[in-house]
Parts: sequence; C-alpha cells; structure tokens
Amino acid sequence: MDTLVARYSRPAAHQNETFGADQDEDLFNDMAPTLSLKFAMPPVAQPSAWLRAATDDRSNPACPIKIAHGTTTLAFRFQGGIIVATDSRATAGNWIASQTVKKVIEINNCLLGTMAGGAADCQYWLAWLGMQCRLHELRHKRRISVAAASKILANLVYQYKGMGLSMGTMCAGVTKEEGPALYYIDSDGTRLPGNLFCVGSGQTFAYGVLDAEYRYDLTEEEALALGSRSILAATHRDAYSGGFINLYHVKEDGWVKHGFSDTNPIFWKTKLEKGEFTNVTSQFERIER
Amino acid sequence: MEVLLGITGKDFVLIAASKAAMRGATILKTSDDKTRQLNKHTLTAFSGEAGDTIQFSEYIQANAQLYSMRNETDLSPKALANYVRGELASSLRSRKPYNVNLLLGGVDPITNKPSLFWLDYLAALAPVPYAAHGYAQYYCLSILDKHHQPDISLEEGIKLLVLCTDELKRRMPIDFKGMTVKAVTKDGVQVIPFDDDKIVKSA
Repeated sequence: MDTLVARYSRPAAHQNETFGADQDEDLFNDMAPTLSLKFAMPPVAQPSAWLRAATDDRSNPACPIKIAHGTTTLAFRFQGGIIVATDSRATAGNWIASQTVKKVIEINNCLLGTMAGGAADCQYWLAWLGMQCRLHELRHKRRISVAAASKILANLVYQYKGMGLSMGTMCAGVTKEEGPALYYIDSDGTRLPGNLFCVGSGQTFAYGVLDAEYRYDLTEEEALALGSRSILAATHRDAYSGGFINLYHVKEDGWVKHGFSDTNPIFWKTKLEKGEFTNVTSQFERIER
Repeated sequence: MEVLLGITGKDFVLIAASKAAMRGATILKTSDDKTRQLNKHTLTAFSGEAGDTIQFSEYIQANAQLYSMRNETDLSPKALANYVRGELASSLRSRKPYNVNLLLGGVDPITNKPSLFWLDYLAALAPVPYAAHGYAQYYCLSILDKHHQPDISLEEGIKLLVLCTDELKRRMPIDFKGMTVKAVTKDGVQVIPFDDDKIVKSA
C-alpha cells in the first residue's frame, strides 16, 4: 500500500523520477535516447514551488529566470479545411529573444501543432508528441486521429499539473474518420474541440478581427487573408507578438504552407493600400496647446 | 469590466458606455449613464473607482458650464481636454488622487471638426480617431484598426459600434448590460437608440 501511495503522491519531490518506473517502461520502452523523461530535479524540498519562485514574472518581477512567453496563435475550421497562423516573436521578460521562431510544429503531413506559452515546454512536448504519433502509426499501421493525438498531450500535461508547465497549444489535422478537426490543449489540462481558437498574449486582438468576419463558408482565399490579418492585428497591438506571420492551410490531403512573411511591409501595405490603422500617422505630430 | 468606446467620423463623435453599475460581485443597476455633457457639443464618458468617477466628472462639468456662463462662449473640445488633463495631473500629485479614466469627444463649434481624446488617471492625453478604455481595448482596438476610416457617416459609425459590442458580448466573461450610445454633432448631443437585446452566437 505504501509503495502505491508513494508512487501516485504529488509533488514529485519525494520521488526520484516523475513517472513511476513501470509506466515509464510501458510508454517509452522503444524511445530514442534523445527524448528522455528522466529530468534532473532541483535539489530542494519542493521543486515546483522553487520553480515558481524563480520564474513567475508576474508575482516577482525580479525573478532570476525569465521564461520565454508571449505569442499570438490562431486556428479556425472552415468549409475548405483549417487555417493555422502564428506570429514568430519569443520574449523573455521585456527582452525580445527571437523574431524568427517557428511556432507551428509539423507533427506529420496531416497534423499540425501550435506553440504558445513557455517556449521550451512547447518545443519539447510537441516534439515528444510528434514521436508518440509516429509510434502510434508504426504500432497500429495507420495514422493517429487528431482526437487521440490531442488526448496524448492533454494527459501528459495533466500528469505534470501544478508543477510549472506553461503551454497553450492547438492541434489541427485531417483524418479520414474525423474530417478536419481542431483541438485546444493547455497546461491546466483543458482539452477542447472547437471551430475557432486564438491563444497567447495577443489572443484578444486576434479574436477581435477574426470573430468580426468569420463564417464557416469562407473561401480558401478569404480564410487565408483573414488568418493573416488577425495575426497582423495582434502583432500591431500586443508588445509580446511580432516578427513574421506563419500561415498554414490544412486540407483533406495534408497541410500546405503559405509562407513565413515579415509583418512590417505587410503592415505598411495594409495601411497605405486599404487605409486601415488610421491611428498611425507617418508624420511626427505634437499636441498643441 | 466597464466598457468605454469612442469613434470619430466625418462630422460626428460617437461615445458609448456600458450600462451596468457594478460593485464587487453585484450589478446594482442596469441602466447607468456613465457620460456627462460638458457643454453644447462636448461629451465625456468615464470609468474608474466608484465615488471618484461621478465626483470628478461633475466637477469638470460644473467648471465647463461656469466658463460658458461667464464668457458667453463654449470652450472647444481640445481646450476642455487640456483642462481636464490639467485637473487630473494636479489631482495625481495630491494626497488623494482621482482614479478616473475618460474619453472626451466633441465637435469644434467654429470649425465643425470632430475630435476625440483619450485620458487616463495618470493624466495622459492623446488625440485619437477611435478609443477604448478597460478590457474593451483588448477586443475592440484591433477591430477598429481594421474597419475604421476617418470619413465615415454616422450610420457606418454605429455599425462599427455594433461590431465592437458584438465581440464584447461574445468574448467578455461578464455581462455589461448593453450600451448607452450618444452622438455629438455640430447640433449638439443626441441619444442613439441601440439594440442591447441582440443575441450574439460564437463561432
């Protein structure tokens, strides 16, 4: 009984490994050595509390570790499949760590994942999800459903609940059984199927533009333009989003990439040709008294 | 969770404010008017700390009206905006500052040009073509970035407002009980009838 309690008790401070040994074997017997679930734990009594104290920027702005955060990602279902679009900025506190991040991970030729939240968490666990999906394919001789893939990730993050994981992801894909399917998964353990999601610090700005003109019967061209314009809106208003617009279209026979395009020329083109963003002036102005 | 929106157009300014008066977890009133008319063609909308909002805006209103009576002329929206900013700035440096954010819209009585000003409790003043305060900024500014044009008509302005309130109804977790909408034109301030009962479905 004691061993059983010990194995399933949280936090993992009292265990050497986060996974029970048998679970570990069962899931990861044939795993590549590069992706290991045996993490080194900080040598303190409560690793998760320690991690929170060292990384929570909001409660402690002087925290020593700034986790790369801040993003805008969106995906929506429409008559012609699923549009997936993201920005490409990674920030650590006030610092722009990168402007060329690939926030869409190509899990296989029919499945995409998006990354928002902790950059390392997302990168690692979506790569891991990619591996699980490939293993499923090899074991069952057919491609994994989007529902199953998203559930693998949701169950994984749920196991780590309360230990400081930070991710908000979407899984978009097409399978024969499901058709086009879209799921939202976050590190709280939420997993939701849906038609339209925006995730990240810029989500509200993207929702604003997207909701106003979204219809299920959008044409392919309209849908791509709306996805791209929604990310542009977010990169314009959200300081933690920016860089490039990464656009994907998931169709019945797999996804198609529609470019990784710089927001700056797109912004000026949109402003000058369509007369949008009227609050931005190209001359310097002064409030006269 | 109070919503303030402002939109300028060709010859008008639209000011809209949510109708809910909230206190803690309770809605006290569902027909609150968070606007005050300063003179014939200038209107403010305000949000912020409970007692401060009314105290400050009525103080500003009284002073604007006093000026009009003494001088038999109205201050322009720009002059009023700078006056309000000055009051906020000196309040900010007092023992108990007013915690009030405002939108001030009006039509200049001489040039008939509409103008809109965004002010916050830190006494920042910005002339803008469209504005929002509170959470509405997060949802509505991206919409207005895309759909606003400087030369729109009043009907198009109201359509923009509907676009914004629809999004707020869709995505804001709290019911703000609809909007009071007022339009300022060269002829003065008029209340715009606004459909608050429209049900908005999410995608």
